[in-house]
Amino acid sequence: MQYHTPSSFDDAVALAKDAQGVTRFLAGGTDVLVQLRADIVTPDVLIDIKKIAGVSDITREGDGWRIGVAVTGAEMSEHDTLGKEWPGLVEAMDLIGSTQVQGRATLTGNLCNGSPAADSVPAMVAAGVTVTVTGPNGERRVAVEDIPTAPGKTSLEAGELVTAVHIPARGKSGGDAYLRFIPRTEMDIAVVGCGINLRLDGKKIVEARVSLGAVAPTVLLVEEAANAIIGTELDDAALDALAEAASAACNPIDDKRGTVKFRTHVAGVLAKRAAKIAYERAEAAS
Amino acid sequence: MIHVNTKVNGDDVEFLCDPRETLLDALRDKLGLTGAKEGCGTGDCGACSVTMDGRLVCSCLVLGAEADGKEIATVEGMAEGENLHILQEKFIEHAALQCGICTPGILVATKNLLEKHPEPTETQVRYWLAGNLCRCTGYDKIIRAVMETAADLRKAS
Repeated sequence: MQYHTPSSFDDAVALAKDAQGVTRFLAGGTDVLVQLRADIVTPDVLIDIKKIAGVSDITREGDGWRIGVAVTGAEMSEHDTLGKEWPGLVEAMDLIGSTQVQGRATLTGNLCNGSPAADSVPAMVAAGVTVTVTGPNGERRVAVEDIPTAPGKTSLEAGELVTAVHIPARGKSGGDAYLRFIPRTEMDIAVVGCGINLRLDGKKIVEARVSLGAVAPTVLLVEEAANAIIGTELDDAALDALAEAASAACNPIDDKRGTVKFRTHVAGVLAKRAAKIAYERAEAAS
Repeated sequence: MIHVNTKVNGDDVEFLCDPRETLLDALRDKLGLTGAKEGCGTGDCGACSVTMDGRLVCSCLVLGAEADGKEIATVEGMAEGENLHILQEKFIEHAALQCGICTPGILVATKNLLEKHPEPTETQVRYWLAGNLCRCTGYDKIIRAVMETAADLRKAS
């Protein structure tokens, strides 16, 4: 295995483009190194991007945020204002693993690992997060929901890597939330995850995005579920319609951690609960 | 082989390692620091906990090569000569260990916690240590030792 520490994304792309065999980018390593040690994926070329300037920075970008691709969950949780503007997103990232894992794990890694159960991904999708993808043909901006294509697979082409995460401006009267169901109280993989982000005008929801994790081969953006609450004041009828739309979008696996019936039901329950939290947060921000 | 220059428990050290070699293996096999243990090797059990630039990590999920230019702290750096760190003393006093495999990782993790949060609640300690598995104590003795250490440190300061 070759190990490289490029000092720029251009160098990282050049290394990846010319690499022979299995190539992996290394940020926090909480998936890549587990896969390497378990002989699931043994890279021929490992490109550590942490020596590239700016990758550990959380910076303002307009009224939104730019999150460096090596920023850890711990750094996000410790940030003064990020979690005040986007509590759902920061809490989703914080749910992943132990203190030790939080010291290394990144949003970008969680996204590029391609797991349908990744906790930060539904929160990012709900928030409308986009990423910069850099490759041999230059840069492109891609919505988070367009990165995963199947369990463990992404739309990134050979030689491409995510080089920045862009969180939109929070704006006024907005709130987000992420909830997941796990069989234990902590340190487990989502059986169902739900991220919701909405904006109010007075008491009425005028914008919403609803995302579900672990109930389909990829994290889903569920427009029907968002439409069920847009234009409402999140009354009981709207919540029931939201739950119904969320459950209808599910196409989960059936395993010992949760049956199809259970996951489908819980998706609706979590959507209701997350919507209430997001709504309260949006009211508090009004 | 990769030539790594790093600092471990305040001392400048260097070693050669294979790119696939973990920091845990480098500490144990190259530097003779066998305090950090391999339990699971997949970042679940925390027996290999060390800090890297002040951040708690599983050394089984860090490559030796990644330690280049960093500062590593392990359980070996806690005592000063014959004088145990107060956490170590409290762990003995409360019998917060039996077989001892998890203890180095838990000591490193709790020292890191108390540096960041000198007044932790019991809930905070339990969450902080959720990534350090212990199959002997049932955790209560560990939590009591940590809470008492935190109280004593606050009195002393």
